[in-house]
This record gives sequence, C-alpha cells and structure tokens, in this order.
Amino acid sequence: MEIKPCVNIRQEWDIVGARQLGREKAKELGFGTVDQARIATAISELARNIYLYAGTGKVYFETIDRLDKKGLKVVAVDEGPGIRDLSQVMQDGYSTSGGLGAGLPGVKRLMDTFEINTEWGEGTEIIAVKWVR
Amino acid sequence: MKKEKLDLEDYRKLLKQYLLTHDETALYQAEQLSKLSVQHNVSPEEIIHVHIEALKELYPNLQKEVSDSLNFLLEAMISYGLALQEYQSLREKQSALESEISVAANMQKTLLQTKKPTIKGLDIGAVSVPANQMNGDYYHFIEGADGTLGIALADVIGKGVPAALAMSMIKYSMDSFPEQLRQPAQILESLNRVVERNVDTSMFITMFYGLYNPVSQTFGFSSAGHEPGFFYFHETESFSEITARGLVLGATSDARYNEEIMTIAEGDAIILLTDGVTECHLGDRFIERDEVLEVIKHYLHLPAQEAVEKVYKHFERLQDFHLRDDFTLIILKKEN
Repeated sequence: MEIKPCVNIRQEWDIVGARQLGREKAKELGFGTVDQARIATAISELARNIYLYAGTGKVYFETIDRLDKKGLKVVAVDEGPGIRDLSQVMQDGYSTSGGLGAGLPGVKRLMDTFEINTEWGEGTEIIAVKWVR
Repeated sequence: MKKEKLDLEDYRKLLKQYLLTHDETALYQAEQLSKLSVQHNVSPEEIIHVHIEALKELYPNLQKEVSDSLNFLLEAMISYGLALQEYQSLREKQSALESEISVAANMQKTLLQTKKPTIKGLDIGAVSVPANQMNGDYYHFIEGADGTLGIALADVIGKGVPAALAMSMIKYSMDSFPEQLRQPAQILESLNRVVERNVDTSMFITMFYGLYNPVSQTFGFSSAGHEPGFFYFHETESFSEITARGLVLGATSDARYNEEIMTIAEGDAIILLTDGVTECHLGDRFIERDEVLEVIKHYLHLPAQEAVEKVYKHFERLQDFHLRDDFTLIILKKEN
C-alpha cells in the first residue's frame, strides 16, 4: 500500500508545512500556477480550522491517476468537537473570523469536489479533490 | 454562473499597446475588461495569471525576480477572488429574498384588503402606506346588517414581516367573530384574548374600534392604547382629541375596555390615525401633534379621500419620500 504523504497539525507553523507539501504534490501532477495557489489556499483553510477548532489533527494527500483524469485529493481529519450545525457553517456569509471569502464555503469554491463527515463530539473529516485541467 | 475565459491574446495586445505608447485608450480598454471580468465572475488571480503569461510572451527574458514577484501577487489575490464570489452569491440570495418578500407583500395586500363602503351621509377617505414592503398597520370597515359601520384600525409596534404576520391574525380573528358582535369594547376584549394567547409578549398591538350608527347619528368607540385621533366640530370649528382609555392588546388576558359615545352632526369629522402620522420625523425631531392637525385642517374641506391623500403626500414630501413608520389615516366626514 502506498504511504500517504501526511502532515500533523499541532501548531500554527504546521499549516505552512501542509501548504508546502500540498503544493509540491500539485506541481508534480502538473497543476498550473493559479490552481496551485488555490489548492494551497484550500489546504491553509482546512489546516487552520483544525488548528483553531480541533487543536490537533492531520492533513494528508492522495494523487488520483485515472485514465480520463488526474487530480489531487486533500483529506483533513481531526478528533475535535465536530461541527454541530453543518448547514450554518456551509452557508455564505457565516464566518467566525469575520469577512467574506473565508471558511469552508471558500474551500468548496477553490476545489472541484468537497465532502464533509462530522459528528458532534467525535471529530470531522473533510475530503476535497481538485482535477488537473 | 458562466465563466468567461479571459482572452489572453486581447490582453497581450492591450498590454503591449500600453507599454509602447502609454496610451490612455489602452487604459480605458483595460477598465472595460476589468468590468467585464467582474460581470463574468473572473477572479483577480486569473487576471494576474493572464498578465504574467502575456508579459512572458512579450519579454521572454523576463527577470526572474519580476516573474516571481508576480506569482507572489497572484497568491496574495486568492482570498480577494473568494470574497468576490461569496459576495456575488450573497447578492443573488438577497435578490431572491427580496422577490419573496414582494410576493408576500402582494399576498398581504390581497388578504387585508377592505372595501370602502358607501354609507349614506358619510364621506369616507382612507390611506395606508407601509414604510417597507409589508404593512404593520391595518384598517378594516365592517358593515352590519343593522346599517351600522364598524371601523377597525390597528398598529403593531414595529414594522416589516413580523408586524404583518400579527396583522393577518387580527384580521382572521375579526372575520371569525359572529355578526352580532358589534360593540367596540366587546370586540377589543375578544381580540385582546386572541393576541394574549398567540403573540409573543414583546410585540405590542394598539387598536381603535369605532361604530357609526346612522340612525342615532352617534359614534361609539373604544381604544386599546391606540394613538388618539381627533373630532372636528363644525359648529365651533374646533378639534378635540378622541380619548378612550385601555391597555394595548395582549398585555393581560382580562383587559377591559371602556366605550364612549359621541353624537355627530352635519359637517363634523372623525379623524383616525396611527403613530406613523404623528411621529413623522423632520430631520432629528418628531413633528408635533399640533402641526399634524394644522395640515389636516388645511385639507379638511376637500372630499375625504382627496383629503387623506393630500395629507399623506404632504408628510411624504416633508420626510423626503422616506417613511420611517407605516402611515395610516382615515377621515370620516358627516354629511347631511
């Protein structure tokens, strides 16, 4: 089995590490500069959420190489408190940090697919994929 | 949302033209392109990307630091792009919400509409205009089989959707009252119980109910904390306040209301209003009730409907066509 490249998020500095690793994978896959920047920003947002709301967790990457398309899968997992009101968190205009463009709706926009599994009290797993254009 | 691809070729030409000539035309076209990009949801990072590509084509030996710094700028713009997208989605949501409210407002108009009755010897004028789309004021005329005319006027403190919902409730309750329930005090007591049971205590509803009897030429009325209206006495050419004491609806379950009776003669008038009339703002200050009376007096010689409309137009103008509160004015003029 392939060992998945993974970054543990324990402190703010680790967010940078996650971005860095994600960007390398994106480059390898042949993403253009704009998409690289978008992926890095999405990773930032996911890692930052872990750092701010769960304390610790990890971000790992999988490359998807299919006949018809290639892509990068970013998975963020934590065992934090989970999200109580998911539809609220996924709503535009909702932000704990204030300001437009931040949060999970931002990640959803930056990536091509977005999936979230969360249970109040048990943690959160977010899976997002970006396809090479 | 359709994404229009920014045309690299166009951009490159424009950039080249500008770099060579410093031509204002190129800048003007860049401005057009920028507007078009916003319209087509092209994010800033995409524009920067096109810029970088165009620059590289024009200057294949572009200094590394310059191209790196532009990549840096591209990264720095990502969040602006996201904010723009979110802003646009919020704007769409807002306009959806607005059209929903305007449908609701139309529905409310249909639900609460009341026909101005034709009563021999009584000239009736009524105007009710909401400050926003939904009206928190409500008036209704109820003709009795005995020839009497009931006039209900209510005002929810507050405005907008919650006020409008509360008003609909008042209207339905009144519709369900039996035909023989005509006495103002009884009607207010019944409505008080409905409001007390169904509406949050933080919401206040004031109401006036009057009953005109053409046979005895009397006007009986009760008030639940409603803004006092005015009587106009033709004989003395003077005004007096229509005062009746009573608690606002819903304050307690067993509120009692007094009923007063006035005799009205030819040429007299009854003026009923909500606080949207008496609490018109003039800059920082409220206008005085005396000033309201002056304006009403000025137009009172006109047919009742024309008079209420003139008074409304006067205050609308006075407040720069921006009502702060729902405005309702009813004038009843006794003719022979």
